Amino acid sequence: MNIGDIPSVLPCSCAQDVYEDRHLSGGFAGDLLSDVMGKAKADAVLVTVQAHRNTIAVASLAGLAAIVVCHDRPVPEDMVAAARDEGVAVFVTGLDPFEASGRLWVALNGQG
Amino acid sequence: MDRVPIDTDTGAKVVLELIYRLKVSDVMTPAPVAATEDRTLREIQTLMRERRITGVPIVNKRGGVAGMVSIGDIIEALDSGYIEDRAGERMTRQVLSLEAGMPLSFAISWLNRYRFGRFPVVDRDGLLVGIITSKDIIRALLLEMNGEVERLENEIRSGHGEAETASPDGTVSLCRSTLRWDFETAGKASAGIKKALKDAGIDPAIVRRAAIASYELEMNQVIHSWGGTIECRILGDRLEIAARDGGPGIADLEAALREGFSTADEWIRSLGFGAGMGLPNVRRSADDFFIDSTPGRGTTVQVTIRLDASPDANRTRGGAESNGGDA
Repeated sequence: MNIGDIPSVLPCSCAQDVYEDRHLSGGFAGDLLSDVMGKAKADAVLVTVQAHRNTIAVASLAGLAAIVVCHDRPVPEDMVAAARDEGVAVFVTGLDPFEASGRLWVALNGQG
Repeated sequence: MDRVPIDTDTGAKVVLELIYRLKVSDVMTPAPVAATEDRTLREIQTLMRERRITGVPIVNKRGGVAGMVSIGDIIEALDSGYIEDRAGERMTRQVLSLEAGMPLSFAISWLNRYRFGRFPVVDRDGLLVGIITSKDIIRALLLEMNGEVERLENEIRSGHGEAETASPDGTVSLCRSTLRWDFETAGKASAGIKKALKDAGIDPAIVRRAAIASYELEMNQVIHSWGGTIECRILGDRLEIAARDGGPGIADLEAALREGFSTADEWIRSLGFGAGMGLPNVRRSADDFFIDSTPGRGTTVQVTIRLDASPDANRTRGGAESNGGDA
């Protein structure tokens, strides 16, 4: 499954679409950025409620491929700008982290 | 009441400069809600409630200020039973108006000197163009101070913010500074280090460990210290990352190294930081870890990551990390 397949798995909109459509290695759900930083795998999709630019810094340093922001949380402009600079895809969904992760898990493991 | 707590004679120099730089017209609420003399106090009371204001200038036919009706006047009218009277009969007639071109210092002195909570602002012809309250002044000063401090911070940053040096023996050193509570640019130091290591052709797994360690150290400085530096050096067989800050230092080092221990405030936690995983994450990423902290003086953390680590050692470490990721 690739980054670009995320919208077909979840009801979501794309807040930042300038990215290289690469293969997802897996996923990680978390709002503690140190947890994400220390444990998420490179090229994974992050499911979180943390919609601010520090999330992009963490994603970029940990080599994450995409971020799914839950609960339709508004994505601030500086976060979008930072994500564009780093080539990190950002999607926004109305689902909660549990449901978003569940759907991504099925999609990732079904095709993996 | 409604005093502006700023000394316009001997206040801090930067604040005084701002007060003199700003004009009343820069700070006032323009085109304010006003009423004519034939309105009843009841109508003005409704106006106040709907627009959430506490004072309404009363204007004459040509648009000049004839008087003022404040929330105090309305209470008085309700109490004494003349709320249906016209504003022209009951308004406060002795009104001090400020002129739009005056320096802000006038407005501050007047608010401090007189009992009024607000002043109407008039143009040169005496026509009402705005209203000014202490709330307007505080908001404007905060905005100006923010801009001023931002300018100063940028000056500091460009002065000695970044330095990259390469010495003849092949040692590459990169040093970045961090600022307290600067969540806006937090992560820049680590991003710079990550890029430099990547450009130097270092193994991606090692670059990742260095990025994690430097980011955690950087965030620790942003959240807990008064600001400091993050330095990364590539020395032949190893990487060294050194984080130094100028205080306040860690009171209980042993506790700080324990996973889950944190002294972060609630608002920092709401950003996803301060979960007590920072230093443990740094230690996990390091082959060698050293920390020294003196309360009142500052904290130094030194991390060494070997570049010649055997593939096995890397795999074990990577495996431990991805186990956590899969869980």
